[in-house]
Amino acid sequence: MFHKVMVANRGAVAARVLRALKSLGIRSVAVYSEADAGLPYLALADETCAIGESDPRASYLNADRLLEVLRESGADGVHPGYGFLSENASFAERVMASGAGFIGPSPRWIAAMGHKTRARDLMAMHGMPMGKSSALLDEDEARTLAEAAGVGYPVLVKPAGGGGGIGMLPARNGEELLKAVAQARSLAQRSFGNAELYLERLVERPRHVEFQVLADRHGNVRHLFERDCSVQRRHQKVIEEAGAPRIPRAQLAETAATITGILAKLGYDVIGTVETLYDPAAGGFGFLEMNTRLQVEHAVTEEVTGIDLVASQVRLAWGERLDAVLPPEIAMNGHAVEARVYAEDPVRFFPSPGLLSTLELPQGEGIRVETGYAQGCRVTPFYDPMIAKVIARGATRSEAIARLDAALEATLVQGVKSNIPFVRQVLASPEFQAGDVHTGLGAEVLARAKAAALATA
Amino acid sequence: MARIEVKAEVTGKVWKILVPVGARVDADEPVMVVESMKMEIPVISEEGGTVVELRVGEGEAVEDGQVVAIVER
Repeated sequence: MFHKVMVANRGAVAARVLRALKSLGIRSVAVYSEADAGLPYLALADETCAIGESDPRASYLNADRLLEVLRESGADGVHPGYGFLSENASFAERVMASGAGFIGPSPRWIAAMGHKTRARDLMAMHGMPMGKSSALLDEDEARTLAEAAGVGYPVLVKPAGGGGGIGMLPARNGEELLKAVAQARSLAQRSFGNAELYLERLVERPRHVEFQVLADRHGNVRHLFERDCSVQRRHQKVIEEAGAPRIPRAQLAETAATITGILAKLGYDVIGTVETLYDPAAGGFGFLEMNTRLQVEHAVTEEVTGIDLVASQVRLAWGERLDAVLPPEIAMNGHAVEARVYAEDPVRFFPSPGLLSTLELPQGEGIRVETGYAQGCRVTPFYDPMIAKVIARGATRSEAIARLDAALEATLVQGVKSNIPFVRQVLASPEFQAGDVHTGLGAEVLARAKAAALATA
Repeated sequence: MARIEVKAEVTGKVWKILVPVGARVDADEPVMVVESMKMEIPVISEEGGTVVELRVGEGEAVEDGQVVAIVER
């Protein structure tokens, strides 16, 4: 087993990984930028090392510096966490070339799944259900229009090399399409250094359902059920749950089995999440993309399966067999719902960095909290706005939702604005309560709240 | 001539100046983009006019409420 692992990440992510390493008896090295000196996660590590300035490009994204720390610390493994370099094939290759282990899939899988259209082609070739999509677009407007006609309007323009919703633009006709393509191309070039675009059929009121997989380096793959991550704002997830409500369990099981079958045939390894769009009208799944890393929302899967995903990931990366890491039978036990508490204006979703003058986090039956902060810490503008994840588990979905709402009511954030009012509005909405979730629900709830506020003003 | 102060609405770093000094900006058009917490937030000029002064450059830090540009109409 690894004897010392460097965690190439920060905050709540690093804290989660550091705890898992401790549970496995593995020594740890935490890294930190200037802005993060003194954050609580550093106390969980056996060793800490400053890696540079606050701007992530000078610290957490600085592969040269991280590899220097890896060498100097004598660590024999790197856990990239999620975000930053976790899906950077070149970083993974360099870690392995240094003689250390990369706690994630083989670099070839990171590269293969990082290119969205190639990943789609690969999965489609092996039988994964797909929504309709186009080939990569070129500069020719007539060919772009012909591709859109083939897919059928409405379409979604998507960057091939991107993620996080950046550069994704809808179009309902040819005129809108050409405008959207020009905008998306420029944004994709600036954001990802890759201007390649393609089109997907736009699903109305879609659901974002993803499947968690674990795999060993010996050809075995298993799934740990699904998560519904439909509630989003600006294409970023806000509320996630396991399992997915109002989709027949048999259909979910069938899709999960298709995914594990494909990944086993391909020889995928360690950990991954297959993201799909579920079309409630058509009642079918379509492949979106595959993330070759642990994800923020892994906690809801852990809560319903009782499996420690991070510890499992470390053991699988070391080369242990899946049947040694996981019990023979895994059932989904109860329901779990997670809310991401962000430092942001709950109405405009603008970031709200600042000093956390008060941070009171909830406790109680079925409640789990993960944070990288404590009261008195500064939430800086350099990194993502997440202050904490609050996860609630219950015997039923309604019990989990009620517990989460009570937990959020008991959460006190002062000094920065937080999205808690928005999350609670969504939780209380009749649609969410009924499991009628979709990616536009957050915006609908917000629009209703605004209209109600205007009516009473 | 009226001088209009354009203010940043978030604390962050200037990612890109979109309208240089001397150029025209329309009402509700972004003058620059501020990067904060992995988000790109436009800084909007509420009124149209000519940008006569930029008080920050690309890569510089700005505070919520800070005047970052002056527009004359």
